[in-house]
Amino acid sequence: MSIAADPMAAAAAPRRRAPFAVRGLRSMGFGAFIGVALHLAFGMPLWSGLVHSVSIATMCWFCIDTSRIGAARWLHRRDPADASESRSRWPGWPWMLPIIVIGTVIGFSAGNEIAGWITGHRSPGYLRGSLSQALSMLTLSLVPGVVITYWFYSREVIAGQQAAMLTAQRQAAEHQLKLLESQLEPHMLFNTLANLRVLIGIDAPRAQAMLDQLIAFLRATLSGSRAALHPLSAEFARLADYLALMQVRMGGRLQHCFDLPADLAATPVPPLLLQPLVENCIKHGLEPEVAGGRIDVSAARDGAQLVLTVRDTGAGLSDTRGDGTRFGLVQVRERLATLYGAAASLELRAADGAEGGTVAIVRLPIATQAKDSAA
Amino acid sequence: MTPTALIAEDEPLLAANLQAELARLWPALRVVANVGHGAAAVEQALALRPDVVFLDIRMPGMTGLEAAQALAEDWPADANLPLIVFVTAYDQYALQAFERAAVDYVLKPVQTERLALTCARVKAALQQRREPAAAEPSALEETLAQLRGLLAAPGLSAAAFDASANPSAPIQKLAVIQASVGAAIHMVPVAEVLYFEAADKYVRVITGARDYLIRTSLRELLPQLDAQRFWQVHRGTVVRAEAIATAVRDETGKVQLTLRGHNDKLVASRLYAHLFRAM
Repeated sequence: MSIAADPMAAAAAPRRRAPFAVRGLRSMGFGAFIGVALHLAFGMPLWSGLVHSVSIATMCWFCIDTSRIGAARWLHRRDPADASESRSRWPGWPWMLPIIVIGTVIGFSAGNEIAGWITGHRSPGYLRGSLSQALSMLTLSLVPGVVITYWFYSREVIAGQQAAMLTAQRQAAEHQLKLLESQLEPHMLFNTLANLRVLIGIDAPRAQAMLDQLIAFLRATLSGSRAALHPLSAEFARLADYLALMQVRMGGRLQHCFDLPADLAATPVPPLLLQPLVENCIKHGLEPEVAGGRIDVSAARDGAQLVLTVRDTGAGLSDTRGDGTRFGLVQVRERLATLYGAAASLELRAADGAEGGTVAIVRLPIATQAKDSAA
Repeated sequence: MTPTALIAEDEPLLAANLQAELARLWPALRVVANVGHGAAAVEQALALRPDVVFLDIRMPGMTGLEAAQALAEDWPADANLPLIVFVTAYDQYALQAFERAAVDYVLKPVQTERLALTCARVKAALQQRREPAAAEPSALEETLAQLRGLLAAPGLSAAAFDASANPSAPIQKLAVIQASVGAAIHMVPVAEVLYFEAADKYVRVITGARDYLIRTSLRELLPQLDAQRFWQVHRGTVVRAEAIATAVRDETGKVQLTLRGHNDKLVASRLYAHLFRAM
């Protein structure tokens, strides 16, 4: 599904990182501003002052910016493991301060020479005047150097943050849509409705019970993608609704067995986290089997971790179909990563024992709350 | 003669409902068997020889499409192939394929008007069969052509097996078969494979040197093979075209294949016999 024409992205396009030439033009503009300010404040000649300040600002910018890019690339190449995007563009302040000082000295001298050559008016450089004069000139050009660099830096940081935020928002929206699509899979819905229609005619009370389960499942699905966390007991109840719906369709081919220790019943978990795993058990494990099978869902505590196990006695994993192709697993992994980072995991493997089948094991921290429940 | 029908549907409620609706719309039709999976449908249909079979598309073990394929391949040459009506819940790929192949289908939940239309069509087709003037071979050829159309429909087999499968998603073609032999994994280049043969949940991989067994179904393997190089010649057999030496058609419409550098003889069913024609 393409989100290329995402209206959200169009409405709030991230502030673009200014390209090299644009940064140069901005520096020239800043130089012009200083030139005008010096003219107004100290009555320096406008034309010659403008040329000097613009060419000095441009040369300082050029020296500092090219050194920044060079240093960042060199650092990035030396340690590619630290591949964060900002690192590849920003070497850090410990590197930037000497770059600014040296860049300013060189830039000032070069800019001064160029301006003198253009105007024919020689103002003293660092090399020609006295020491105190040189120091005051250096300070005068260092301050704008640091200020401008800081200004560019913050713009970059803001642009980066905006881009990251938009990406995260888009991913969240995409993810929510996929979650809904998978939970409200048309085939499941239509088959359930087909069964419901038949039941209404022959067994009205059972039809009502089935409808109640469908309503509970739909409610959890539609609010579940928004709500933060719900207790593990509620998770098991929603799984029971889903399995009851599937059981009307599959009859004796679908058995299930839940094991939820009482002391874990209140543990908060992301809603319908296990549903895709149970759905996989049915779709890839039990449905292909003529005899069907059983699904066991259990919860256990392992130190500070909650261990949720979904196991089936069905067809088992095949050789040519990796677990990465199964959308349900990808989606559960993404949700775990968003909520718990590296603290949670999902493992899928062939189940032990004579019954065969597949087992999926989710581990997530009990003690600490999800770090960002709104995501 | 009473017309007979077989219903293959894995969901018990829906099977009972279809039978009840049929009883109302077509009281003369006798349902001779009501089975819950594809393999049973084939077995019962071959034994009971019904006039019409209603096949659910998604069933455990063998899908409705695979059951139809098996019926077309195994049906005795001297008898009329039953009329096939597919039954499916929501499934856009299946519906498109059915329309294109002009195959009769009913949607779940069964809509009375639609089922009545299907019954009328089946009645007319059966009536036509009884008339002595009806040219039998052309009727069979027509059914075979329809089935070929369905089997070739992009992704229908996969969709019949897994409704969430996306037939338009590109599938990486296999270059090497990874077969485990004891503790070792043997890397078998597909160019060395002579043919693949379905064996329940496994696929037998036959090369000139030796055989391997891989844990996958032919259904899952097939989309990962280059269809130009690997030809399906039977529901359980896929041959590397370059490995075929000769093809000889027999009187029942099947084609006997011999291989280069291997003594095995293969049979191409009448569904695939059209692949072997002189240029």
